[in-house]
Amino acid sequence: MLSVKHLTDTNELTKDDFYQILDTAKAFEEINSRPIKKVPALKGKTIVNMFLENSTRTRSSFEIAEKRLSADTLNFSSSGSAVKKGESFEDTARTLSAYKIDMVVIRDSHAGAPELLKNYTDAVIMNAGDGKHQHPTQTLLDLYAIRAHFGKLEGLNIAIVGDCSHSRVVGSLVPAFKTLGIKTTLVGPRTFMPKFVDQMDVNYTSNIEEVLPEVDVVYLLRIQLERIDSTPIPSLEEYRDLYGITQERYDMLKENAIVCHPGPVNRGVEIDSELVYAPKSRIIDQVSAGLYVRMASMYLLLGGEVNGIAD
Amino acid sequence: MALLIKNVRAIDPSCDLDEVVDIVIQDGIIKEVGQNLSIEKGVTEDYSGKIALPGFFDMHVHFRDPGQEYKEDIKTGSQAAVAGGFTGVATMPNTKPTTDTAELVSYQYEKAKELGICKVYPLGAITNGLKGEHLAEMGSMYNAGALGFTDDGHGVQNGGMERTAMEYSRQFDALIISHCEDEGIVGKGVMNESPISDHLGLTGWPTLGEEIQIERDIELAKITGARLHIAHITTAKGVEMVKKAKAEGVQVSCEVCPHHLLLNEELIDSKYPVNLKMNPPLRSKEDMLKLQEYFIKGDIDCLVTDHAPHAEHEKNIHFEDAPFGIIGLETSFALIHTNFVVNGKMSYQDLVERMSIAPRRLLHTEPVQIKAGSKGDLTIIDPDKKWTFENKDIYSKSKNTPFKGYEFIGKVSDTIVDGYHSYQDFKLAK
Repeated sequence: MLSVKHLTDTNELTKDDFYQILDTAKAFEEINSRPIKKVPALKGKTIVNMFLENSTRTRSSFEIAEKRLSADTLNFSSSGSAVKKGESFEDTARTLSAYKIDMVVIRDSHAGAPELLKNYTDAVIMNAGDGKHQHPTQTLLDLYAIRAHFGKLEGLNIAIVGDCSHSRVVGSLVPAFKTLGIKTTLVGPRTFMPKFVDQMDVNYTSNIEEVLPEVDVVYLLRIQLERIDSTPIPSLEEYRDLYGITQERYDMLKENAIVCHPGPVNRGVEIDSELVYAPKSRIIDQVSAGLYVRMASMYLLLGGEVNGIAD
Repeated sequence: MALLIKNVRAIDPSCDLDEVVDIVIQDGIIKEVGQNLSIEKGVTEDYSGKIALPGFFDMHVHFRDPGQEYKEDIKTGSQAAVAGGFTGVATMPNTKPTTDTAELVSYQYEKAKELGICKVYPLGAITNGLKGEHLAEMGSMYNAGALGFTDDGHGVQNGGMERTAMEYSRQFDALIISHCEDEGIVGKGVMNESPISDHLGLTGWPTLGEEIQIERDIELAKITGARLHIAHITTAKGVEMVKKAKAEGVQVSCEVCPHHLLLNEELIDSKYPVNLKMNPPLRSKEDMLKLQEYFIKGDIDCLVTDHAPHAEHEKNIHFEDAPFGIIGLETSFALIHTNFVVNGKMSYQDLVERMSIAPRRLLHTEPVQIKAGSKGDLTIIDPDKKWTFENKDIYSKSKNTPFKGYEFIGKVSDTIVDGYHSYQDFKLAK
């Protein structure tokens, strides 16, 4: 049993919650290696994917996870929907909830949207990203991919590079790393840092080359190209010069170190094109891990037992 | 018509009054204040155990009229005001259309006068449409009765424009009220910039964005000689700048809202409480405590509510999208009385100074005193009444307040405007 009813914020998860989900995800990895990948775990359950902000990757991952768990699903997105016609969040939420659904997977550009949703539905809520706040399943998949490589999480040393202040990925990673005993260093210009980074339980440096030889994982954040005009850096070229993973910087990494990125990658910005699938890259493993941890979280939140997945 | 108020403790520091007296009001004017008074014809009421104060005045409210009457209008705003003990209010010009013409000033005056519930003094915009680009017709508005000018809701971004407005205002000696917000620094900020805003993924609204304009406007007041009033101040540093400028002889004053005195950013949590979103935002606990100190000592000149009604469907949405502001008229006195007067931190005399005397002095409206010859504008309170603030206590059309469920000591029982009850025995009379 998880200590939470909903999965909205990694600050609420205990160490035990993380390991329950990661261990359950391991069982789902095994199931996904079979010729028939579908299990009846969530048969008869209805899940609404309420994606009010554009998403291809996260949404695909959730949809496949739901299908493999045999859940009935409804996809609801902002484009072409009532939301576009001006229906309020409350009305949309109450309407969907009236169908007696079991779970809502919500993606929204506003911080706190899952919390607001709780006012209008009794369904279990999975946060698939809310504004600049939280993205818990991203963190779970990162942890899964990292643990798969190192066999452990505690004591690892991880650098997160990029725009940390406008990142829900960081919003979820940092508290999780803290709970799990992972040493965290944020890397980037001050304009990319939370304003009070010095008061956080993390290290901070603007010199990536200083940390590369020391870390086990270098976690690259995506530069939001769609917001580049308001992004507080002068140019992508300068960002690559100062923080991009070039061959030279890649070679500074420890033998056993890995490179992660939540995707989609801006090739030649965060990391040079030819290194995206280099041996240390775990970018594709992260994508697979997304399927496993999402299956695991949905299964556990809808009442499944940690070791109860039927053969 | 005559009204005889018997056995009330009357407190008015402007005429050194603090004793149990009778008060006679006739034709809207206080006739006599003294012992054992009687009238031949009229109404006599006993107010034993209650306290009469010069009518409260709130120099910063939004009545949304004309243009957004679904949020509030002059009638419901006036009712909320008198329920909170206010006999006069000054309305902000961010109506739709903006109150930037004499016609719109007159419209509000006349509508309020016709209703006769509460005295309403419309303030005029500094710039047309609050856009910060072109000076509004201050002279016409002044002649129509606007006592001060402000682009409240926005800081005037262009320092040259603010200087021009201050220089121009001097011919009327009108008050320039500054909403201090440097938009370049504040950007899309929705709460105080702090580890909490970082944690919640909300864009910060830093204290610097307010203080930098306070500093600029003080310097401009210094060279122009204009009378400057800093609206809804929220930081200790801001008050210290005002205090220092006053000592140097600059004509500058400031106001504070109950919510900035009594609430702080630490209440904003992962529930994203929209009724704690206001502009300027709730600040740190340290700033809040300093503001209390400055308010009690009088470094902050007066109390205002920044009464900002918003309809439920507008306010109860995503925190980032929700409009700024809360209503405040019904709770203002009770908050101050409960938190500062009951425990002896502040005297009734000081409360009257901040809530009745100072705002009228700053706006150059007629003073209201408890003495013969003064306007019959009185606020009568029951100092011992314990009550819990609930929906039924709200007279505003909008209910956006964080104070529901708060327990108070002391309540306004009667509000008398020009000799007539607008609010009587804890109920609306008009």
